[in-house]
Amino acid sequence: MSILDSKIPEGPLADKWTKHKNDINLVNPANKRLIDVIIVGTGLAGGSSAATLAELGYNVKAFCFQDSPRRAHSIAAQGGINAAKNYQGDGDSTYRLFYDTVKGGDYRSREANVYRLAEVSTNIIDQCVAQGVPFAREYGGLLDNRSFGGVLVSRTFYAKGQTGQQLLLGAYAAMNRQIGRGKIKMYTRHEMLDVVIVDGKARGIIARNLVTGEIERHSAHAVVLGTGGYGNAFYLSTYAMGSNVTAAWKAHKRGAFFANPCYTQIHPTCIPVSGDHQSKLTLMSESLRNDGRIWVPKHMKDVEAIRNGSLKPTDLAEEDRDYYLERRYPAFGNLVPRDVASRAAKERCDAGYGVNQTGEAVYLDFASAIKRYGKEQAYVKGLDVDDKKVITDLGKKVVENKYGNLFQMYEKIVDQNPYETPMMIYPAVHYTMGGLWVDYNLMTTVPGLYAIGEANFSDHGANRLGASALMQGLADGYFVLPYTIGDYLADDIRTGPIPTDSKEFDEAEKQVRGTIDKLVNNNGTKSVDYFHKKLGKIMWNKCGMARNEKELKEAITEIAELRSEFYKDVFVPGGENEYNEELAKAGRVADFLELGELFAKDALERNESAGGHFREEYQTESGEALRVKDYQYVSAWEYKGQPSEAIHHKESLTYENIEVKERSYK
Amino acid sequence: MNLTLKIWRQKNANDKGKMMDYALSGVSPDMSFLEMLDVLNQELIEKGEEPVAFDHDCREGICGTCSLYINGRAHGPQTRITACQLHMRSFKDGDTIYIEPWRAKAFPVIKDLIVDRSAFDRIQQAGGFISVNTSGNTQDANAIPIEKEHADKAFDAATCIGCGACVASCKNSSAMLFVGAKVSQFALLPQGQVEATDRVLNMVKQMDAEGFGNCTNTGACEVECPKGISLENIARMNQEYLKASLKG
Repeated sequence: MSILDSKIPEGPLADKWTKHKNDINLVNPANKRLIDVIIVGTGLAGGSSAATLAELGYNVKAFCFQDSPRRAHSIAAQGGINAAKNYQGDGDSTYRLFYDTVKGGDYRSREANVYRLAEVSTNIIDQCVAQGVPFAREYGGLLDNRSFGGVLVSRTFYAKGQTGQQLLLGAYAAMNRQIGRGKIKMYTRHEMLDVVIVDGKARGIIARNLVTGEIERHSAHAVVLGTGGYGNAFYLSTYAMGSNVTAAWKAHKRGAFFANPCYTQIHPTCIPVSGDHQSKLTLMSESLRNDGRIWVPKHMKDVEAIRNGSLKPTDLAEEDRDYYLERRYPAFGNLVPRDVASRAAKERCDAGYGVNQTGEAVYLDFASAIKRYGKEQAYVKGLDVDDKKVITDLGKKVVENKYGNLFQMYEKIVDQNPYETPMMIYPAVHYTMGGLWVDYNLMTTVPGLYAIGEANFSDHGANRLGASALMQGLADGYFVLPYTIGDYLADDIRTGPIPTDSKEFDEAEKQVRGTIDKLVNNNGTKSVDYFHKKLGKIMWNKCGMARNEKELKEAITEIAELRSEFYKDVFVPGGENEYNEELAKAGRVADFLELGELFAKDALERNESAGGHFREEYQTESGEALRVKDYQYVSAWEYKGQPSEAIHHKESLTYENIEVKERSYK
Repeated sequence: MNLTLKIWRQKNANDKGKMMDYALSGVSPDMSFLEMLDVLNQELIEKGEEPVAFDHDCREGICGTCSLYINGRAHGPQTRITACQLHMRSFKDGDTIYIEPWRAKAFPVIKDLIVDRSAFDRIQQAGGFISVNTSGNTQDANAIPIEKEHADKAFDAATCIGCGACVASCKNSSAMLFVGAKVSQFALLPQGQVEATDRVLNMVKQMDAEGFGNCTNTGACEVECPKGISLENIARMNQEYLKASLKG
């Protein structure tokens, strides 16, 4: 029997959450005043939970490394948020959203968690509209929807290409209301550097004030991590520059199991790498695949002509193009899930059909959409449907209305006009499905330590569907954690404030100071970025879109070597008692260097392909991911000093409400 | 390309600060402006010097963290973009580029090019929200139909990224475009009506307390706003303020 208890409530799937809410302990309003909760991270999950817990009456202390809670990287989410509202009357339901999410995750997520997510999804939309989030609307004044990858309905709510921004500003506003009431104490430009465990329970954190360098002790009755994912282990990704694994990794080192670290989402539509100076990659929203068609030339001679500039992509005849997603997956076409679309792009580029100088780009083309919309509009307006200029102008307007800001962003970065010539795109690291292991209550294996949003592992299995990250972040923060945390805190109503002068706080602070002293006084010869870039190359080349045993083993050795070189030779300029970005970065990269190894180890252990985890040894004849029944479990790793010594625990996954099938989008 | 950079260096809030010169070569036109600064910083680190501190995070123009005054303009020579979206192809070989922090009384310098914009947060805390509890028991989202034109305008106002370019560009260091955008977003929506009076009065009061100047209709804020937030929002805020004052 596994030591992992997921605490999934008994009863039929559809009743579990309601029943659980009825069964768990509550804390009365007067007692909530006696309880402190620390929340680290102020993105959708952290921000929404901070606001809600404060509203309920708890004393909340919230921390973010940015200069304002509004800047968390949830802000950059573009496309939308899913909810089973069925406003379009196209057959959507809670069950269907649940089904799509489990299937999309390649049958590697927990049924009960996903069902709850689908269930509360509709509340999120109601809540956000009540808060004044300006979602896109139709002329009748009702909410508009669009479609995302891996589903056959339109259930995605959006605010142009800035949905994450609008939702985060909604949560930020809800937080501001509570900050103004004195219920949330906000600590900006603060980085959590350790969790403090007292008598086996999470009772506080050690944080560094990034402006003054001061090391601070903060205590609470429970600690919540909403600190996002760890995709920056790859150096180049669509994450923000500051996104890091440090908080989650420190929690892991204090006893929280890390689940499925190898499940990473490589997003198919990002702007390709342009050179060695590149610091980050930019996503082009999945919503573009509603109208954009992905292709490469059919013939090698045309690929060469395009690369040497003698042929323009717009001049290539239809029959000489390979719309490979439409060819391979006729049922879902350009809207297959992200993992499938990314691998298909890699397959074409590996075969030599990449359309840019590096050979790592495919086209995302809007010409057909412009023509189609233009014809529609010309017909409606009674204009000549055969006049090319008329339909192009009208069509461009429709496309601009839908995706204007994304097209503008593309043009600013690439210096090409995507209305005139197809966009060039290539997959990039975008999201991590893995994260801290949590039970149904979102508690990690450390009592009183919770993980929410991207920081946990629970809902997306081996692949996340588009527009589901925003849904999960807000579901966890607004509607799940505020209930489940009460069950735990009900035992703490007589505990009183947690002192910060205990030996546990002393020890944790001493350790944090030790690490900082070591980094600042290392006097090596190489910058932090040197190591980060090297790690990124290993991760991308050996733990990226396709993995195999030999390369994973190499990655494990190389990362361990790089880590020891880092501690020998890293140079951190400046002092510790001042604003010092290099020092902050050094601490984050040190943790990535440990996580990276565990990542490779996890990928090596999983002898199957599932979702974003593709092992070359495990594929069908047509090159699709080949799942292996024996691996129908969650891998949860226990820290034992070095990543190589981590102990593997398994939580087996059972499917009672869904038949586990081959995941087909054909 | 080869560039001469003149950059504001200031050790901390109490330091006087000064412009320093740096020569940088081998800059590619495909680099973003911040990547160019990354290259400079790597060179400085290799020489054992302290890198230039500047604020940045998402590097895709949405988080509002980057805040550079480049050649006398907030976010540099292009319009409708942030400094992180600015690419070096906007400059030419041999150029001298001046890089300074936002300058406003309400935005004190923390270090080099980094300023403290927490005044913006405090203005939002004074009223930039709709007081609705996150119970999940609100009415159905489609129970409140909203005219598309109003919803779209509210969205346009809500796209403000809170970078502070408006304040930095204004000769009076006024924050009225920033505050006007939030007041407008809610003024245009039925959900925002209930608290409209208190909201505008409290936010304006806080804005004044933070030491931001007044609006004299120069319009520099609108020109330099990376998100194209319209001056209309200031007019709408003034209207809301007048209404609220008469009522209050």
